[in-house]
Amino acid sequence: MATLRVPPAVPSPQEDCEQLHKAFEGWGTNEKLIISVLAHRNAAQRKAIRDAYQATYGKDLLESLLHETHGDFEKIVLLWTLEPSERDALLANEAATKWHPANRVLIEIACARSSQDLFTVRCAYHKQYKRSLEEDVAAHTKADFRKLLLPLVSAYRYEGEEVNMHLAKSEAKLLHDKISDKAYSDEEVIRVLTTRSKPQLIATFNQYNNEFGNPINKDLKSDPKDDYLAALRAVVRLICCPEKYFEKVIRLSLNKLGTDETALTRIVATRAEVDLKLIKEVYQSRNSVPLENAVKHDTHRHYEDMLLALLGSDQN
Amino acid sequence: MADETLSLKKAFSGHGGFGVDETTMAAMVTKWRKQPDQKSRFRSDFSGFFTKIGSIEKCEDDFLLRLKTEFSRFKNIMVLWLMHPWERDARWMHHVMHKSYPFTVIVEIACTRTSEELLGAKRAYQALFNHSVEEDVAYHIKESYSKLLVGLVSSFRYEGPQVDNDMAKWEAKALGNVIKSSGSGKLIQNEEVVRILTTRSKRHLKATFKHYKELHGKPIEEDLGANLCLQETVKCIDKPAKYFSEAINIAFKEGADKPSKLSLTRVIISRADVDMEEIKETYHKQFGVKLEDMITKNTHGHYKDTLLTLIGK
Repeated sequence: MATLRVPPAVPSPQEDCEQLHKAFEGWGTNEKLIISVLAHRNAAQRKAIRDAYQATYGKDLLESLLHETHGDFEKIVLLWTLEPSERDALLANEAATKWHPANRVLIEIACARSSQDLFTVRCAYHKQYKRSLEEDVAAHTKADFRKLLLPLVSAYRYEGEEVNMHLAKSEAKLLHDKISDKAYSDEEVIRVLTTRSKPQLIATFNQYNNEFGNPINKDLKSDPKDDYLAALRAVVRLICCPEKYFEKVIRLSLNKLGTDETALTRIVATRAEVDLKLIKEVYQSRNSVPLENAVKHDTHRHYEDMLLALLGSDQN
Repeated sequence: MADETLSLKKAFSGHGGFGVDETTMAAMVTKWRKQPDQKSRFRSDFSGFFTKIGSIEKCEDDFLLRLKTEFSRFKNIMVLWLMHPWERDARWMHHVMHKSYPFTVIVEIACTRTSEELLGAKRAYQALFNHSVEEDVAYHIKESYSKLLVGLVSSFRYEGPQVDNDMAKWEAKALGNVIKSSGSGKLIQNEEVVRILTTRSKRHLKATFKHYKELHGKPIEEDLGANLCLQETVKCIDKPAKYFSEAINIAFKEGADKPSKLSLTRVIISRADVDMEEIKETYHKQFGVKLEDMITKNTHGHYKDTLLTLIGK
């Protein structure tokens, strides 16, 4: 599922932070050395390195990375080095404070993390920004989007596997009725999508398809340009099959004239320890080429090297 | 004999109040041992609780129900005392959904617990009932205040010291505008009102309420109309000790209903280790009588003893 490759014998955090310090020393930066260390350590190991670096050199590793690296490489290394909850808090803060209707990062974070992980993000957000994630989302989003996004980021879904089929049937019908009436931001639609557990929702969407002959996302496509409907479709996709959602984002980011490095960086950094392997498989079957080829084609130098390392494809 | 009868009647809560006097009852059993005439005289004297169908003596059903409630007050408080606070809060919230406790219990729990305590209660809720409290509140409560309730239970408020004073002032103004332009019935569903009350930190909200008072010359509660849910929310966030002292007072009022009486146990158990001293002071100031005295006068038996211990007499 994860693509991150950690060597069987991992050097101690002290050794690693010394290597990194060496990479920063003198003229220029040894990006290859940085990648060979950081791109091959998991979250716990990266945290240990950061702590050792702080203790040894009296400053945060992130600060040194900020000074010594640049451009897209800098962005991905910084994002990658952060702990997952801090990373998500950073992404959420950017997404909330600079929010616009086509931005779906908040939906990604709210729907593709476990309940517990989402809560950890909310904690990290308190620490980092001295406010709650909910208050920032509430303050910066408007109208239908706020109606959807606020409960989404505040959700603490039940994580058990139990499904109530009777409820799934009745809520599938409810969704169908509301969608037929074009009542896309109706309270009941929002209630079902933002409070039910994921297994319950998957059962509900399956029922929808069985009963009404169309997957729910097909019925939510009445206006392909409508950002709110796109947001709803993203919620459904991220709950059912996140790897398909992420494959599409990556595919679109590599298709654009010029690459959308922000999206590519974000997905690779946030999924490398989760399901990037599955995403690669979806990419391969959808596009008939391995993702690495597309990355090699569209990105360059150290940014490309870092991406390939996180995709599990470098030589290290 | 008259004294004995009176104290036994009182022990059986014939004179209202909470709980039963177990000690007096047990003493009576000893005293009236092998004296069926005494008991017979007592029964015919205890009007309203014993009656006759022809020559057959019968307990009134109401009396039996009331006894059941009063006898179980001690049992309930002991079980609750032993339980983990998270389980307690989870069960109380669940009662609102399924046994028609007043929704104010959810407001109380969501607004007077710390963010960590509320998270713990939500976890316990999931473990106990296989649903999240948010989905149950959203599904079972369809009244106008349900949006506010869902927001309140979903909250995970920032608890640090930082407050954006300019924002607090701005939001005090915004609330004032909304209150002026909305009908008081619509207020509870207003997006801005719900947003501010359910997402801002408590410190921030206290500052906002303070600015509101300075701006409009009166506390925000006075402008919220008859909106009970909003009133309770503001009170629980701004002055929890006052909220709790008033809940206790309602429990002791003549003719208080069952849920109101249950508040007595709930408030004292849940606040005994938190802010009971402050609640006692507030109660004394507000109602001119000491809480210990109210409890001593109006409750009986082991239930009374437990309450008095919990409030730190």
